[in-house]
Parts: sequence; C-alpha cells; structure tokens
Amino acid sequence: MASSPRAISSESAAATRRLVLVLGAIAAVFAGFAWYGAPPRQALVNTKANGPMKIQQVKSPGGVSAWLVEERSVPLLALRFVFEGGNAQDPAGKDGVANFLTAMMDEGAGDLDAQKFQERIEEIAAKMGFEDGRDSFYGSFETLTANREPAIELLRLAITKPRFDEDAVDRVKKQLLAGLAFAAKTPNKIVAKEWSAAAFPNHPYGRPSEGSPETIGGITGADLEAYRKRIFARDTLRVVAVGDIDAKTLGTLLDKVFGELSPKAELTPVPATIPKSAEKLKVVEMDVPQSVVQFGMNGLARKDKDFMAGFILNQILGGGGFASRLTEEVREKRGLAYSVYSYLQPYKHTQVFGGGVATKNEEVAKSIEVIRGEFKRMADDGPTATELANAKSYLTGSFALRFDTNAKIANQLLWMLQEDMGVDYVEKRNALVDAVTLEDLQRVAKRVLTVDDLIITVVGKPKGLGRS
Amino acid sequence: MLSRAQSTLSALMVVIAMLSLASFAQQAGAATRASEFTLKNGMRVVVVSDHRAPVVTHMVWYRVGAADEPPGVSGIAHFLEHLMFKSTEKIANGEFSKIISRIGGQDNAFTGHDVTAYYQRVAKDRLKTVMEMEADRMVNLKLVEKEVLTERDVILEERRSRTENSPSAILDEQINAALYLSHPYGLPVIGWEHEMAKLSRDDAMSFYKRFYAPNNAILVVTGDVTADEVKGLAEGIYGKVPANLEVKARPRPQEPPHRAPRRVELKDPRAGKPSMQRAYVVPSYLTAAPGEAEALDLLMKIASSGPTSRLYKALVVDQKVASSAGGWYSGTARDSGKIAIYGVPADGVGLDKLEVAMDAVLADIRTSGVTQAELDRAKKSYLAEYVYETDNQATLARRYGWSMTVGRSVADVEEWPDRIAKVTLADVKAAAAKYLDVRRSVTGTLLPVAPEGEAKVPASPTHSNRS
Repeated sequence: MASSPRAISSESAAATRRLVLVLGAIAAVFAGFAWYGAPPRQALVNTKANGPMKIQQVKSPGGVSAWLVEERSVPLLALRFVFEGGNAQDPAGKDGVANFLTAMMDEGAGDLDAQKFQERIEEIAAKMGFEDGRDSFYGSFETLTANREPAIELLRLAITKPRFDEDAVDRVKKQLLAGLAFAAKTPNKIVAKEWSAAAFPNHPYGRPSEGSPETIGGITGADLEAYRKRIFARDTLRVVAVGDIDAKTLGTLLDKVFGELSPKAELTPVPATIPKSAEKLKVVEMDVPQSVVQFGMNGLARKDKDFMAGFILNQILGGGGFASRLTEEVREKRGLAYSVYSYLQPYKHTQVFGGGVATKNEEVAKSIEVIRGEFKRMADDGPTATELANAKSYLTGSFALRFDTNAKIANQLLWMLQEDMGVDYVEKRNALVDAVTLEDLQRVAKRVLTVDDLIITVVGKPKGLGRS
Repeated sequence: MLSRAQSTLSALMVVIAMLSLASFAQQAGAATRASEFTLKNGMRVVVVSDHRAPVVTHMVWYRVGAADEPPGVSGIAHFLEHLMFKSTEKIANGEFSKIISRIGGQDNAFTGHDVTAYYQRVAKDRLKTVMEMEADRMVNLKLVEKEVLTERDVILEERRSRTENSPSAILDEQINAALYLSHPYGLPVIGWEHEMAKLSRDDAMSFYKRFYAPNNAILVVTGDVTADEVKGLAEGIYGKVPANLEVKARPRPQEPPHRAPRRVELKDPRAGKPSMQRAYVVPSYLTAAPGEAEALDLLMKIASSGPTSRLYKALVVDQKVASSAGGWYSGTARDSGKIAIYGVPADGVGLDKLEVAMDAVLADIRTSGVTQAELDRAKKSYLAEYVYETDNQATLARRYGWSMTVGRSVADVEEWPDRIAKVTLADVKAAAAKYLDVRRSVTGTLLPVAPEGEAKVPASPTHSNRS
C-alpha cells in the first residue's frame, strides 16, 4: 500500500497518460518476472557507440558458466541469475512455497539473523531481489565495485545457508497472509488468479502462484529448505554479469556464490498443456464500479517456427500501445477504457495469446464485443502492409532502447540464455523481424486467433453480459 | 550561460569516494555532471551525457500541474496532458504516438501537482524529429470537440481504475483532501469525478494557452549526445517558439498553521483488512531551512523505511502488533513536503492499539533521537542509491527535470549527496521534534465493513459461471 519514495524525486502524486500496465498485467497472470513478462522480449542488437556489445562466455574454475559484458565506465556490477522451476514446482498442498521463499531470502543466513543480515545489506548498499515465475526462480543482485567482496559474501550466504528461523518464518507468513487478504478483494489480482484457474484446471499453472491462506498457513521452514535444495542447483543455473569486472574475477566470484550448490536439480515433471476451458465466460461478482476483464487462449511456443510472426501480430493487434488496433478501437475511437492490451507469452509447458481491459460495468459487454470483433477481423483479413511495415519499423528501431543500462542489458542476456539463444542472436534478431511477410502474418492470424476459443474472466458487476 | 559538461565517470568517482572514505563530506560538492543553459525565449535546457548506448531520453517539463487549476475544473492539467496527443496543423489526430512508434521510439507523459512532463526515448539520430514534434505541440495544439469528449471518457475510466475500484486509494484521496486547509495540494491530480465529467474543450484550451510556452518549460535531454549538439538543435527548433510573456505562475493559496490533528475513517467492505495511515504536512526541499529537508529524509529512512527501520522493528518484529509498518518523506513538491506512515495490524490487534504503539516509537525518536550507527547506515544507503540511479539515463532525466521544474537548481541536485553527508544526529532529532507533531497531521483508518445505514453487501466476491 505504500510506495517507497525516491530521496529527491518522488513522483507518487503523478498520474500518467498511459498506464504502464503491460508488464504488470502479465506478471499478474503468471507472476512472471518484470523483465521476462511483457510481450516476449526478443533480446538485442546492441549497437553501442563504440561498436557491438561484446558478450564473453565465462566458465569458472569450478565449472559454473556465465555470460559477461564488461562495462567499466560505471563502478557497478549487476548480476542476474535464474534456476529452472518456479512456482510450478510448488509441491501439491504447498502452493505458494516458491513465492514464500523469495520473501525469505534476506531473512537471515549463516551466522546472521534477519535483523543483522538486513542491516549488513544496508551498510554495504548491496541490492538483492528474488522473484518466482511459473517456470523459473530469478535472482538479481547489484553492488558498487568498492563493496563487491562483502556483498558477494551476503549473496552466497543467502543462497546456500539461509536460516529460516522460526520467528522470521512466522513473521513473513503473517505478511503473506495479509497480502492474500488484500488480494482477495483486489479486482486485478482476482481476475489473474481466476483466469489461470479456469484455463489450466488440474495443472500447476492453474494453481495460485501466491498460494492460499490454507497452504501458506501450513508452510514451515523445512518446506522452504526442501524447495531450495531441490531447485537451487548448478545444472539449471544461468548467470549473467554486466559491469565493472573482468572474466577471471567473475570466475572466482561464481565459484564462491554458486559452487556449493547441488550439481543437479530435482524437478517434478510438468505436463505440457494448453489453455482450455468448458466455460468460456466466468464472472466473479464484486461490487466495484469498473469491471476488470482478462481473456486468453492458446498461443505460440517460443520454438514454434511461427513465433516471430505471432510476436509481430500481437504488436499490431494489441501489444503496441497507441499503434495497436485494440487501443485504437476500444480507447481512441470509443473511449471505453483507459487500459486495453494483448500479449503473446510462451511458458515452458504452455503458451498464451491473451489480453485485458478494464471498463465501467455498463460497457463490459460492448468492450468484449469490440475486442472479439478485432480478433476476428484480424483472423479473417490479417494486418495491412502498412501495419506490418510500421510494426517492423518499431521493433527493429526500438531494439537499442533495451540496452541503455547495465541492468537492462543483464535482463536481456538472461532471457537469451534461458531460451538457449546463442550470443549471435543479438546480431541476428532484427533480420529475423524483417524476414516476416504479410502472408506469414495472415497464416498465423488464422491459426492463432480462433476467437471462439477465447476464455474470458470478468471481475465486477458487468451489465448485460449474456451467454456467449 | 553554458556550463561545461563533465563526464559521468568523474562525477561518479567522487560519490564512490564519498562512500568509502570516512570523511566524505568535503569531496562531494565537486560533483557536476549536467550542463545547463537558457534559450533566448526563456526556455531552460539541461543536458546529461551518457555515451554507453546510442539512445537519448528527451523530456519537456512544464511548470504547471494540478495545483494550478482554477476552482471547479479539477483534473484539467491531467486531461490536457492526454489531449496533447491529439493533433496540430502538422500532425493528424492521434498520430503523435504512432509517429514516435514508427521511428522506433517510446513516448508517454505524466502530471503531478507541480509538473506536467512529456517524454520520448529514441535512437540518437531521431532527437531532431522528436524535438520538432514537441516544439510544434507546445503552441499549435488543435482540439476537436468530439475527440475531447471521447478522451474525457478515457480519463473517467482511468479514475475508476486508479481510485474508485480501490478503497485504499479512496482513503488516500480523503486524507489528502483533509490534510490541506487551503492549499490546492488537497485536490486529486486525476480530479474529482463530478468536475471531470464536465471538463470541456474550452477548459483545456484556456489552460493550455495560459501555461504552455517555452518560457514556462524546461527541456531535459540525457544520453548519447553532447551539450553543444543539444544547444544547436534546441536553438533552431525550440528557439523559434515565441515566448508568452503573459505566462506566470498563478499565486497559490498557502496553508495556515495547522492547529488540530484531524481524523478520517473509511468503512468499505471491499477492504481486505483494517489498516491505518497518517500524513503530516512538513517543509519540502524548496521551503525548508538549509539542511532540514535532508534531515527529514534521513529521519524517515531510519524511522520507517524497510525492515531495519524503527517502526518495523518495534511493531512487526518485537511487539508483533502489526504485520507491516513503514513510511516515507516526500520532499519534492514546490510548496510543502509530506511525511506519511502506515501500518496493518496483526490479526486480533485493534487499530487503536497499533496507533498507540506507533506513536510511542515516534515519541521515542523525538525525545532521544536516533543512533550514530543508524544515521551512518541511512546515509550510505542514500548515497549508494544516488550512484545506482546514474546507470539509467531516463531516471537521471527525471531527477533533474523534476527538481528544475519545481524551482531547484542543477547545483541543488548535485550537491544533495554532500548535504546528506553533513546531517548530524542533532539535526535529525530537531527535525523529529519539530515535524512529527500530530497537529500537522491527518490520521486515516480503513475498516472492511459496510458503512452505517447501507445495506450489507457481500464483502467477498461471489462466483457465477455463464458459458
């Protein structure tokens, strides 16, 4: 409920023209990581002023691999790392354990109890953060060069020697339970949870990623440690470093932080699935003036040969903000909503083409009708040549915007590592965008945008929303 | 007029040195990284170079916001911000963002009580294009009645999203409205719904004509560009826009002394749990005595920010009367600053008990101050954050743009680490004693129950399936 202010540039009072919602909305669907959510990131062609960005592939003496981009002009180091697993690996009956663990990562490790650990982080001004996605457990870490050694030691302790002291577990549990109580009355949260439950029945993707009061209430320190030992393992670990460090020093650092982890993760197999529901429209009645709507259906897997075409299709349909059809038709022409969008999001075991809109209860039926109409129009006719040219122009031209900070570069490279892209993807990517044709888009639109398959969830008091 | 740019690196090194040396204070003042100059028409320009990637962030900030709205048209500053994306003689309706997108850029805008800002992030060779577009809509905006009415529906939906659907946002709005006895900071930036519903094309145009002009704007460019390059472009593009000498800040009503603590209570069945928050009116960086705002920043960091703070330790860790507790100081506004604290009581604990515990923590700080270890830790944390922010050109553009727009200088921004370093234990204690005064405050509580006199509605969502 409170945002932490900037020291000198708090903008808490500001209202923006455009809700920066895409990230948040996707994260709400699958509690994905901010840098992983959003219309799937294509990674980069970094055309740096002084030549292409150089990615070094580093292997530590102990055998831990990483990608490194040396950037010596700023005395900072950013690390991003990920373990395969995420909250789809929460054991049955322990929904929310991965999320619980993310909140415990600074709650004491080694000889330091929670208070001492947190004070130490602040003293050396290190930044550490953890998040669970459906398929992945993410870590981010930043330090000033001057404090690198002690900061790295804290990271090592957090990952390998967490304490899970009973009072800390109990305190965080109460916070999580309070969060669930708030979420249970928050339309955006409810709609994400309910849509997943509807689209993925009897599958880990359909379970609430933050757990329920019952499952969170039952989780113990032993459960957290069991999850950590299964998932934090070297074989699924991917690491990216960007900043003020050389390859040799990074190698030593990698062994120190990750060398003690188990060599092999114990992953529970997750079956492949697609969003599918007998009930195409679900309404969760709630006494709010504005209904929140989420919709989605089967999308395209990352490895699908049509993925890039699908990605561009989404850009034109509803992923491109004011340059997209949904914004034009729902917001600009009709004033039905402040926020309307679509996305294409591949997961490890499924893929979703979805979107959302928020509109007053009286206009829900009309908004859904307009959106369905746009899906159908796109499926029938595909985009125009101009739309395709504009989308390509945006996607290739804006590529460099993803690489103007150490932190953003690290996020992009981690995504590439996760998706098994080679280092040369950076150079190839814009050509891949440019190679997509209008015929590709027409074919993919017909294949993907089968409007009758849309699963729609509404939270609010929608008026006149009949049978679909 | 034109100050010489220094590299990001040297400025950073100074701050780094401050972090690692015992007496970092003396070294800080030298940190200068922004160049500043003024065009002949009065438009001010700030440039921060960062050559790591071939990208620039271009922002135009207007010295006007929701606190400058005439009575009865709350929300007009923000509404106009939306309408600025409509059309000019050169740009067809709704094309502005589409053009930016076609050139591979991203754009947006935001409005606060004191500022309205527009920005684009583009490849460096597109800087001239976005400057031309921004300069064009500075004075050539065209509004069609129908487009205005459609966009009004959009901002009403925006209000529903931000406020009407959220009990805690409604409480925030009520607290804020009660906090200011005379100053327009009590108005919500988005506007009151009944006034928003009547906003017109004329309201927007008259606000636009009154406040949008180069002599009421600040240009901030950060990224892969030099001050000389920006100067050449800006003189040729923004320099051609005539100044409007009629533009001047409307004098804003100022606050009388606050003599009595106020309380508001919101009962809303859509609230998930009870909670409380309190806001105090205090000075901002603009209005405080030298060093006082920095002391308030450090005070609230120590008292209320994160798990090492006094409030968290006392209420959540030790006494276990709250599941969360915290707060902050916001000192960025032109006419006053604000302190806020909040807490969510533990199950079975009443809001009254939580508030007593909270007040005891604050009373202890007012009486006994904070420790040297706490002060040192808080300083290091702020100074490090200042360095971390330099990784991001968009963040830097906001840092400078916001400060300049409310009336601070480049030097104020760059001397901030130095001033933070100079704050003493006595300064923090004095700030606490003076400003954590409940008479300056409004305390708001949120209860998850139906208001009296209203039919009991289901507090929880109910499910029904229609397929």
